[in-house]
Amino acid sequence: MPVISRGFHGRRQDGPPDRVPPGQYVTEDFPVLSAGPTPHVHLDSWTFEIQRGGDLLHAWTWEEFQGLPREDVTRDIHCVTKWSKLDTTWEGVSVDTLLDAARLLDEDSAYVLAYSYGGYDTNLPRDDVTGGKAWVVDTFDGEPLDPEHGGPARLLVPHLYFWKSAKWVRGLIMRDEDDPGFWESNGYHLRGDPWLEQRYWGD
Amino acid sequence: MAEVAATVPETPRTRTLVLDVRGWSGHRAGQHLDVRLTSDDGYQAQRSYSIASAPGQPLAITVERLEDGEVSPYLVDVVHDGDAFEVRGPIGGYFVWEPGDERPVLLVGGGSGVVPLMAMARAHNAAGADTRMRLLYSSRTLDDVIYREELGHLDGNGLDIVYTLTRGQPPGWTGYARRIDDDMLREVAWPAGDGPIVFVCGSTHFVDAAADGLVRLGYDPRWVKTERFGATG
Repeated sequence: MPVISRGFHGRRQDGPPDRVPPGQYVTEDFPVLSAGPTPHVHLDSWTFEIQRGGDLLHAWTWEEFQGLPREDVTRDIHCVTKWSKLDTTWEGVSVDTLLDAARLLDEDSAYVLAYSYGGYDTNLPRDDVTGGKAWVVDTFDGEPLDPEHGGPARLLVPHLYFWKSAKWVRGLIMRDEDDPGFWESNGYHLRGDPWLEQRYWGD
Repeated sequence: MAEVAATVPETPRTRTLVLDVRGWSGHRAGQHLDVRLTSDDGYQAQRSYSIASAPGQPLAITVERLEDGEVSPYLVDVVHDGDAFEVRGPIGGYFVWEPGDERPVLLVGGGSGVVPLMAMARAHNAAGADTRMRLLYSSRTLDDVIYREELGHLDGNGLDIVYTLTRGQPPGWTGYARRIDDDMLREVAWPAGDGPIVFVCGSTHFVDAAADGLVRLGYDPRWVKTERFGATG
């Protein structure tokens, strides 16, 4: 039984319960959470890469990336710091499309590490970034993605806590082991499913 | 579960809660904890708050009241000694300073962003560390300076403190009187060549100004650690 907080009533205007995971509240803002300075990446030097075992399997320049089939994506997002934002709208290329274009759909790695300009990385099961569940997005709310929100491009994996949606994403490393990324090495859960409230180590 | 052992008003908008937590495992300077409140009909709300106390001192958080907030007005205005709520933590292993770290330390805090930096300053003082530590602290006015009296005691005892008051200054104020900018950082920050480590905490705009400015001064981005808070009351 949780202890009752004397005199606490709360606002409880927090949106539809089937869309707001446990412990989250809805915000209209778009808070920024980053562990360091915002990297500023020039489009003429930007690439998106797929690697395995130290080998570069495929890479796209910005221009090549823009030529890939694009999708509009509207999803709810959930940050481990407790805010959720409903119906966010993005545009970008699905990870399925990227793997297909790189002829890597049959590649059998069970995990990926998404890595970013600025040194950030985050680990994910391959099943969490394929099957229409993840995108590399460069547009938010109809505008080019702002650097503080991860522009030029970020990963979008909306069914997991938002730290998995790596800002300033630079590529994916395909791999067999699920070694922890940046926040996963610093106290945060290896997978991060908001509906299971997998926030921290031990959840 | 945490029981409120004491409350300390800090400024008109902030209050420190000293917490007695059964089974608290100890923490490192810079970490935070989660507070979960439960109303009598079972409704719950959770938020994260930075720990203000040094490791080994009575556990304390300092909370700023956000006017449209759900949890912070309760913690700042309603809670009193003996009340209880759930806490979880400590959390976070990155925005952390250890007294054994020999690099010069620069702390840059805006408003209540000073809270985790205060844990570091207190840890530095408690350890008698002789590493150089400097705090650049931006507040709206002198009345908004959190921990003002204690900072007065710490200043000069192994810690240098530089204040800037952005919205109003008392008569005779000789400190900075503007938002953080590159010129201020150049005057206050350790030379980049000394290999300093930096902790910046505040609003997004504050953190961006400070962190980007330090990178322009030649600071290694890997050693500029940031924590940003939005309107998350």
